[in-house]
Amino acid sequence: MSRFARFFTAPLFIALWLAPAARADAEVTTFTLENGMDVVVIEDNRAPIVTHMVWYRVGAADEPPGKSGIAHYLEHLMFKGTDEIPEGAFSKIVAENGGTDNAFTSWDYTGYFQRIAADRLDIVMRMEADRMRDLVISEAVWQPERDVILEERNTRVENDPSAIFSEQQNAALFLNHPYSVPIIGWRHEIEELTREDALDFYARYYAPNNAILIVAGDVTPDGVRELAEIHYGVISPNPDLPPRVRPQEPPQLSPRRITYSDPRVRQPYVIRTYLAPERDSGAQEEAAALTILARLLGASGITSVFGQRLQVEEGIALSTGAYYRGLGLDDQSFGIYAVPVPGTSLEEAEARLDAAIAAFLEEGPDPEHLERIKTQLRAGEIFARDDQGRLARRYGVALTAGLTVEDVEAWPDILDAVTAEDVMKAAENVFDIRRSVTGWLLTEDAVDGATGEVTQ
Amino acid sequence: MKIFAILTAALLAAVPAVHAQDIVEVRSDGGLTAWLVEEPSIPIVAIEISVRGGASIDPDGQEGVARLTMGLLDEGAGALDATAFSQAEESLGVSLSFGSGRDHATISARMLSENREESLALLRTALMEPRFDEEAIERVRGQILSRIRSDAADPNSLAGQAYRTMAFPDHPYGRPTDGTLESVAALTREDVVAAHRALLVRDRLFIGVVGDISADEVGPMLDALLGDLPTGGPDLPAEVSPILDGGIEVVSFATPQSVALFGQPGIARDDADFYAAFVMNHILGGGGFSSRLTEEVREKRGLTYGVGSYLVNYEQSDVYLGTVASANGRIAEAVEVIAEEWRRMAEEGVSAEDLEKAKRFLTGAYPLRFDSNASIARILVGVQEAGLPITYPVERNSLIEAVTLEDVNRVAAELLQPDALTFVVVGQPEGLPATN
Repeated sequence: MSRFARFFTAPLFIALWLAPAARADAEVTTFTLENGMDVVVIEDNRAPIVTHMVWYRVGAADEPPGKSGIAHYLEHLMFKGTDEIPEGAFSKIVAENGGTDNAFTSWDYTGYFQRIAADRLDIVMRMEADRMRDLVISEAVWQPERDVILEERNTRVENDPSAIFSEQQNAALFLNHPYSVPIIGWRHEIEELTREDALDFYARYYAPNNAILIVAGDVTPDGVRELAEIHYGVISPNPDLPPRVRPQEPPQLSPRRITYSDPRVRQPYVIRTYLAPERDSGAQEEAAALTILARLLGASGITSVFGQRLQVEEGIALSTGAYYRGLGLDDQSFGIYAVPVPGTSLEEAEARLDAAIAAFLEEGPDPEHLERIKTQLRAGEIFARDDQGRLARRYGVALTAGLTVEDVEAWPDILDAVTAEDVMKAAENVFDIRRSVTGWLLTEDAVDGATGEVTQ
Repeated sequence: MKIFAILTAALLAAVPAVHAQDIVEVRSDGGLTAWLVEEPSIPIVAIEISVRGGASIDPDGQEGVARLTMGLLDEGAGALDATAFSQAEESLGVSLSFGSGRDHATISARMLSENREESLALLRTALMEPRFDEEAIERVRGQILSRIRSDAADPNSLAGQAYRTMAFPDHPYGRPTDGTLESVAALTREDVVAAHRALLVRDRLFIGVVGDISADEVGPMLDALLGDLPTGGPDLPAEVSPILDGGIEVVSFATPQSVALFGQPGIARDDADFYAAFVMNHILGGGGFSSRLTEEVREKRGLTYGVGSYLVNYEQSDVYLGTVASANGRIAEAVEVIAEEWRRMAEEGVSAEDLEKAKRFLTGAYPLRFDSNASIARILVGVQEAGLPITYPVERNSLIEAVTLEDVNRVAAELLQPDALTFVVVGQPEGLPATN
């Protein structure tokens, strides 16, 4: 039997901010089909448009060793055709119906979507359901598509020294977890991927009991349920779906340092990434504190701790920042960076960053600053309702990271409840140099002419 | 095959662009005009403003002053220094952004209904009373100089600049919008103050407002926000025909993947054949996964991750541009295939089926753009910039529908100039004869 739950998003900040009558919260409904496929419906009736998405709970971190890039390669091949959709016709059929489509792959998920007039939902749902089990990859298409991906890697990584550096830094951060492997894959492994590799991966992971349907836009939950049962409900679940268990990080005991130098670099910078806990279902408090910590330290080049000290007061940085990646199945990362002004060394920039953190750990957050950040987060919740695609993605990313719809709904209130003490405790935990990688991106002549050097 | 063929054959008419019929023109007592869509279901307001001029009116030798000036508007205004201004923005939950493109300076604001008055007051301060403190100028100047240095080693930026230099050698469009290391380093506070006076003028405004605000409220809002702006700016640059004579220019740069821009003279936005050209380009290179260039260069041959073409209408010039990127050893083949598709389209045109499919996409997808307050506000301004009437969003699909097969094929033959198709390739391309 499927369960059926219906609820509204949590009120944001009723007392001071918004009269209840002015609220127009996105209405979210969830249910599960009998074959195990989860469904999320987000009603937005402002325009007769719909965003239809299917998210699979599989990504680059689920790839077999030596097959890096296969999740993303399969994502490309999913557009080739099925037993019913002719080769190369998938996106063309969507386009002929006035719709647009695309797909995306990350470490923990792979997603497919179409945006189209609401009265065409039936068509795209039928097509998406068809390629969940009946994908056809002919001999003619798999090699050119692999070339496309090598060119994609050229565009995204090889042509951008900052991306090469980031890939190396990420590989150094994770000692054991497959998050160390780039989503697009290492070039030498992409070059060896085959049609069979893609079909194996597809057969193992693409099934309704490993998928989430998200429909946002001018629809009703009953209407979506009816179509979903027709198109997705008839697909058999995969009883052999493997559990999502990845190798976990051992205790990290040794701080790492890397440098990457490249003649194409014109602006050196220093970035440090720390291993950080992810948002856990039912226990998102530490992640909430880290989210606010990142904003306090680095959300603004002017008002944040780093911006105010390094850019405005000391004038030694052109840009600074801090970020927290909290959404994922396993431990994620917290990053800080500084881009020095000409004449300031990376060593000095790193020292000033460390001094800013030390002072912050001593003094704690300015209460007014903390309040302003919460105000912005609350405002962000209201602005988010103006973007149905973004709302849909929020659910997809969370549900494929092991969170529940309830966790997503609770998140704004959990953020709002974070105290200065919570932030300090989270900061003390995350800023453990033994669990970090400090990276310097350099111009070539800064390191004795060494080219493409990666040290660790 | 059968099922989906039947489905697509039985299409309904495309849905109308939402809110297109709800656009109203509001004229303030002070004589300012805005286009408005009331959308009260979310308590937010999006305001989009553009001012004709932008970087195109940077004085000679002061290239980059529009960018620097607009970038300084939120770096201190009135009684607030840069820090206090940003703090005020954060406290109100308002988002203000300022920039300058080639032809327009731009101002975007989105705010909560309940903080609307305070948010607008803050925006007004930024527009009317920017402080241009020396330390803020130095900070933002440093950021722009860093970007200019980085662009000098970025193949995409290098290709763009090489293309503009070639196409517009004696025109402001040939200059980099960010300016040069020399010009930006030399800008003074007086230059910035003068640019502020020149850029933000009330007789060159285009305004779009979308959200939780009524027509009655918009007029007074406009007068309070913009009514005190001065009138009259420097002359806009003259109209110019791009110099694109064909051939291949190679900019040598050590990187694994060559980046190419290609193009030829374009077609004016108010040309009677614009819509035929627009549909033709969709089929040739504008239509994403469905275009001929994607089919031939990416799908069949795996030569690139992305290839596309675009009709570009600057205020004073029209070009027809495209981009592609392929490994150094494969770019020559990509260039060859693109040139061949250009020629094939010019000579053979499109089929009735091609045209029908393109129309279905273009008319069906247009309403998808009207999906948020922020994007509708940008559309309202874009339509005004193009000099189109307020009824355009309602009529646009019928303009597409009216394009005939004869129109498309005639325009393909007239517009496309395979011999004038000019490539700029940045990288270390192999087997590519540089002809320029």
